[in-house]
Amino acid sequence: MWRGPRPGNVAVVIHVENLTKRYGAHVAVDDVSFSCEAGTVTGFLGPNGAGKSTTMRMLCGLAPPTSGRATVLGVPYRELPNPGREVGVLLDASAQHAGRTGQEVLTLAAKTLGMPSSRVPEMLNTVGLEGPAGRRRVGDYSLGMRQRLGLAHALLGDPRVIVLDEPANGLDPEGIFWMRGVLRDFADRGGAVLLSSHLLHEVEAVADRLVVIAGGKIVADGTKDELLNAGGVLVRSSDRTGLRRALALADLPSTTTTDGAQLVDGDAEAVGRAALAAGVVLTELRPAETAGLEQLFLSLTSGGTTTTQEQAA
Amino acid sequence: MSTDVHTELIRAGRPVAVAPRGAGSEEDPRTRFAAPTAWRLTTVELRKAVDTRAGRWLLIASVLLAAAVAIARGVTGAAADRTFADCLELALLPFGILLPVLGILLMTGEWSQRTALATYALVPDRARITWAKVRAGLLIGLGAAVASVVAAALGNAVGIAVGGADGSWSMSLGDLGQTLAAQELNLLMGVGFGLLLMSPALAIVAFFALPTAFTVLGETVSSLESTFRWIDPNRAFDPLLNVDVHAGDWPKILVCALLWVGVPLVAGIARTHRREIK
Repeated sequence: MWRGPRPGNVAVVIHVENLTKRYGAHVAVDDVSFSCEAGTVTGFLGPNGAGKSTTMRMLCGLAPPTSGRATVLGVPYRELPNPGREVGVLLDASAQHAGRTGQEVLTLAAKTLGMPSSRVPEMLNTVGLEGPAGRRRVGDYSLGMRQRLGLAHALLGDPRVIVLDEPANGLDPEGIFWMRGVLRDFADRGGAVLLSSHLLHEVEAVADRLVVIAGGKIVADGTKDELLNAGGVLVRSSDRTGLRRALALADLPSTTTTDGAQLVDGDAEAVGRAALAAGVVLTELRPAETAGLEQLFLSLTSGGTTTTQEQAA
Repeated sequence: MSTDVHTELIRAGRPVAVAPRGAGSEEDPRTRFAAPTAWRLTTVELRKAVDTRAGRWLLIASVLLAAAVAIARGVTGAAADRTFADCLELALLPFGILLPVLGILLMTGEWSQRTALATYALVPDRARITWAKVRAGLLIGLGAAVASVVAAALGNAVGIAVGGADGSWSMSLGDLGQTLAAQELNLLMGVGFGLLLMSPALAIVAFFALPTAFTVLGETVSSLESTFRWIDPNRAFDPLLNVDVHAGDWPKILVCALLWVGVPLVAGIARTHRREIK
């Protein structure tokens, strides 16, 4: 296993400030600002073409921004002398020479980074590409295997930050579960993770924070709980009158839904305590469906699509 | 530096938790890890040139071909032509075609194989990679020159063993130097074309077609004759390739090298620097 990120002393490790990218009349990224902190996983969500990859490329010094700036560990990426030792980057798992073996791809990177060659088998092992898989040519890899290789490539320099663009693409459910574990573990040891996805459920389980982008603009930015609780919780009991009374007693405003549940403007804990105090049995208690992240994501991003069309027009 | 980050975070209005920084350099990301040295990047580029089947076999095939033609020269033909110098002239032919192609592939590989994303994320200063590739190319050119000399020696030795050959080993150091310069110049021209055009197919076609077009144009339009003597690379570089440079040829070689190697190199570096990586 790799040593993991050393305890960093800068809380904000990725800082994106008013980043804008124009291609002619088209604004791909429009005044985007957000930051990622040490010890957290930040999910960067948005539909395809929302500007996620462009933002990440600007963050990693691969594309110059039209305006704005981005720093990693307080420094613009391009000013890091050996950036791979600080920031692990996976922007496109398919972008590897088809004729090289997985092992060779990592060996080249390890030499550039100045990592010992023993690091290569170690990382292949970490991502489950040890043995014959590592000696196969990348051209013969499935997309899932390329993602694993890309993650090994990102972790090779023992960085404090990792930036991953759509790392779950092509992974099977088991692979996605495995990757979540790796990312969670990395963050829990003080590292910062920024990962993008166009599918909410891929990041929902692992991200602490969500930054939602649509049409080049940030449309939501907050902790997962903040975004989840924004629309209240749905609670149901076999004793409907008792539940309404308990909620009223606890000063929790609520409305009755068509199928007899109560939609409460409050968090789940407050509702649970109210029910406990009144001795009411709950049969259901969950974030309200309309406020679910999926709904939020869909509503936010579908609005964003219109913005893009307006901009393109 | 530490204060910079600090103010930066405060200005951003984010919670700040900057612990006291200890021994400065250890915690300053601008100095914490040393950048890869130029030599390290050169060895990585050398490895990239031979770590695929295509790259490896391109080199092996040309070495074998050089040995084959050198031996063929050593054992056949008029006795007077069966010398080390003649063997060398033939052994150089396969490399004359291979080296520019290798230079082109070296420079276009990051784009055509889509490795640019990973490469330039590790080394954001693109010019450093470009120069590492140029150095790797020149080292391969040097290797090719050594291989052709060995092949020529083999050819001449076999010729002597078979008998009936002149078998002369004589060749001046100056001539050997010209041989090496010709190989490297040829390779660098490929490097420049690859760097500028960024597509292997386009660069290979341009490399072989453009100079020929120049030669044909210069020979058919008589009014261009005097100018083209200076800008047609085939004509200017021929004495070098044939190890037959006279003092008056050098200025033409220089002008052509500037035009056909220097200009594409400089323009290519600028283009590489500006290109957006996707």
